[in-house]
Amino acid sequence: MDESDRCILNALQGGFPLCERPFAQVAKDLGFAEEELIARIRAMLEEGSLTRFGPLYNAERMGGAFTLCAMRVPPEAFERVAAIVNARPEVAHNYEREHALNMWFVLAIAEPACVAAVVRDIERQSGCVVLQLPKLDEYFVELKLAV
Amino acid sequence: MNDPLDRRIISATQAGLPLVPEPYRAVADQLGVAQEEVLQRMQRMLDDGRIRRIGVVPNHYAIGYVANGMSVWNVDDARIAELGAAVGALTFVSHCYRRPRRPPDWPYNLFAMIHGRDRAEVYTNVAAISALLDTASSGHDVLYSTRILKKTGLRFG
Repeated sequence: MDESDRCILNALQGGFPLCERPFAQVAKDLGFAEEELIARIRAMLEEGSLTRFGPLYNAERMGGAFTLCAMRVPPEAFERVAAIVNARPEVAHNYEREHALNMWFVLAIAEPACVAAVVRDIERQSGCVVLQLPKLDEYFVELKLAV
Repeated sequence: MNDPLDRRIISATQAGLPLVPEPYRAVADQLGVAQEEVLQRMQRMLDDGRIRRIGVVPNHYAIGYVANGMSVWNVDDARIAELGAAVGALTFVSHCYRRPRRPPDWPYNLFAMIHGRDRAEVYTNVAAISALLDTASSGHDVLYSTRILKKTGLRFG
């Protein structure tokens, strides 16, 4: 990642325009050619500096349920349980954390009534108890990483 | 709130926009509708908050934010709204939520995500939150992520 990539990363964490030629518009502001901007975003996606490029949808506003879950997984079972959890299409992300509760994942489920069934399935397959920690209130959500 | 065409647009774009000069036209062509229709509907979703933002989603490990601390706090329920807003307003906090306690395993009700270039930077920021919460917090912990096991765009299963 070079200076130009950093510039794109800082400028484009939001605000990508809704218009016919959005890359051209952004490229002009940043001093790139349209093709170069597209190529740089593609390269950053391929090398893994970006996990995604596009609209970030708000789960709750879609009417879905979005639940943070934590599990205490025995170290010897960790990879097996990670595979079970990751295989579920409802799991949006999953992180290993340094704590007795060492696996943290988010369930994104269109029908809130289905959360309990998915949790039960994961508990049965993994043999681990799932702590459900749904959001009760949101104080601030904005990514503002400077690079 | 989402009619069938909104849902098709969401489904076509939630993994990402096509990397072509006219990405919204590409989406519209794929769905068999006019580009203007896609632009108007996405603008409406952006205006009403169904779309949080449109842009790049960085992999924070890859861009140097290797210390990602989830700080968790046991905050007095009577003051959590006021203090949650104050913690959320700190510039180094990217996400701040109230969640239920699950005693005895989990005594914490306030989550504040802190991204730092190293653990020393995260530690300094945790100390600032601790000072802000003062006696309203009766305990805290910081959980560092050591590995991303899965990260996808939001897809409802």
